[in-house]
Amino acid sequence: MSTTNGSNDLSSEMEVDAFRRLFPLRFYERHLLESIRPDGRPLGRARDTTIALGAVASANGSALAKIGCTTMLAAVKLEVMTPKLESPDEGCIAIDFHMPPICSPLVRPGRPAEAAPVITKQLTDIILSSGMIDLKELSLVSGKAAWLAYLDIYCLDADGSLFDAALLSAVAAFSHLQIPVVSLNDNGRIVLISEENSGAMWEKEPVNKEKRKLKLDTLPFSLTCALHKNYILADPSAEEESIMETYLTVVLDSSLQLVSLNKPGGPGLAQTSAIQDCVALTIKRVKELQKILNEAISDMEVD
Amino acid sequence: MKSTEEKGEDGRSATQLRPLSCTRSVLNRAHGSASFSQGETKILAAVYGPKAGTKKNENPEKACIEVIWKPKSGQIGKAEKEYEMILKRTLQNICILNVHPNTTTTIIIQVVNDDGSLLPCAINAACSALVDAGIPLKYLAVAISFCLAEDEYCVLDPNKLEEQCLEQGRAAIKLLSDFLRRKLWSKVQSDVSVAG
Repeated sequence: MSTTNGSNDLSSEMEVDAFRRLFPLRFYERHLLESIRPDGRPLGRARDTTIALGAVASANGSALAKIGCTTMLAAVKLEVMTPKLESPDEGCIAIDFHMPPICSPLVRPGRPAEAAPVITKQLTDIILSSGMIDLKELSLVSGKAAWLAYLDIYCLDADGSLFDAALLSAVAAFSHLQIPVVSLNDNGRIVLISEENSGAMWEKEPVNKEKRKLKLDTLPFSLTCALHKNYILADPSAEEESIMETYLTVVLDSSLQLVSLNKPGGPGLAQTSAIQDCVALTIKRVKELQKILNEAISDMEVD
Repeated sequence: MKSTEEKGEDGRSATQLRPLSCTRSVLNRAHGSASFSQGETKILAAVYGPKAGTKKNENPEKACIEVIWKPKSGQIGKAEKEYEMILKRTLQNICILNVHPNTTTTIIIQVVNDDGSLLPCAINAACSALVDAGIPLKYLAVAISFCLAEDEYCVLDPNKLEEQCLEQGRAAIKLLSDFLRRKLWSKVQSDVSVAG
């Protein structure tokens, strides 16, 4: 109790920054009483989001997504492989999420981030189960050749809501993906047709006529909300995530169906009403994100 | 697709759990241990602690919980890391962290047999092992998994075959890591209608 009295005395004399470092929870609670957050956002608003497609020129599809300061770079590279025996006309997607030391002072080369494999697994589950990509579209020659899509996501700046930004960049990279034109050569191998040789004669027809984009059925979008007592904070920053350790991630697809609801433990308990509020916030966010992604795609097409 | 009255392969209806069993103090040298099995799925949990000192990035004013998940075979991969994270955050909720500040309690989960519902079985085993070790807990954690099939049909406590077969070869498994009250089925029904 003496510490709280001490902090009350100190708080009137202390600077704001010092108070923020020494008593972070009290600093935040003072803001939450006014229904606002230290960066000026109301509780239910996410940070400014931008998407830039085609960030990596050498990849078949790529995107750079920023939610506030959290930056994710996603790139998709396609390789030809033999499909599995059980599914001869389906391709494959391999997803990997990296957190290089550039993203946060807590990550060093000998100390890999704990969040990285967890987010990789969550991304894999969601992208494969949301039905965004029909694996049959990645097939080339049934039983002999299919595309293997390597999706690599690099976190360049970790400032909270890592999963949201990673999923957004993955979805944007797949929207930007263009499958190159290939043909079967004499040895029965698949070769890429480059633009210079397109006029030459080929013994067999190209396997696919022109560069095409993937047909994406529904796109999954997500929102992470931090739960603290009665408050629900949408899109927490890294500081908020470390103070309010309970968070809930809701993933909806474009038709507002629930793809995933994930609350991995944490000191707080979630009531049904809190979960319903989070889903409502996610519905609003999905509409915002769809608009941003469509704008980014139409900007690319104009170029 | 089964209706509520039909039985699955092992003779269970959709809302019936597999036989549960729990044994405590199975290991001599661990401070606390428990073996929990749901049907054929069996998990062994051991608790060592509290030991002095916390890890680098952890808060020294609270007790620290560390979880190590050992699969039955193979190397430790991403799924194991995800289970460790979920289990750690769940156990941080139920343990009273202020009683022993600046200590680390290690929980080691060993998968003895995997026949579906792995994570709930592990949560139940870890909770029993913590009770066996005498670590102060606020309340007990109970976990169950259920599969949601396409026509919004629920199957409680799926085994491995049911997990793989339901819904286009990839089951949508929803793990409830919250705290369930006695009437499991009524709570599940209300949650499904909210989420769907």
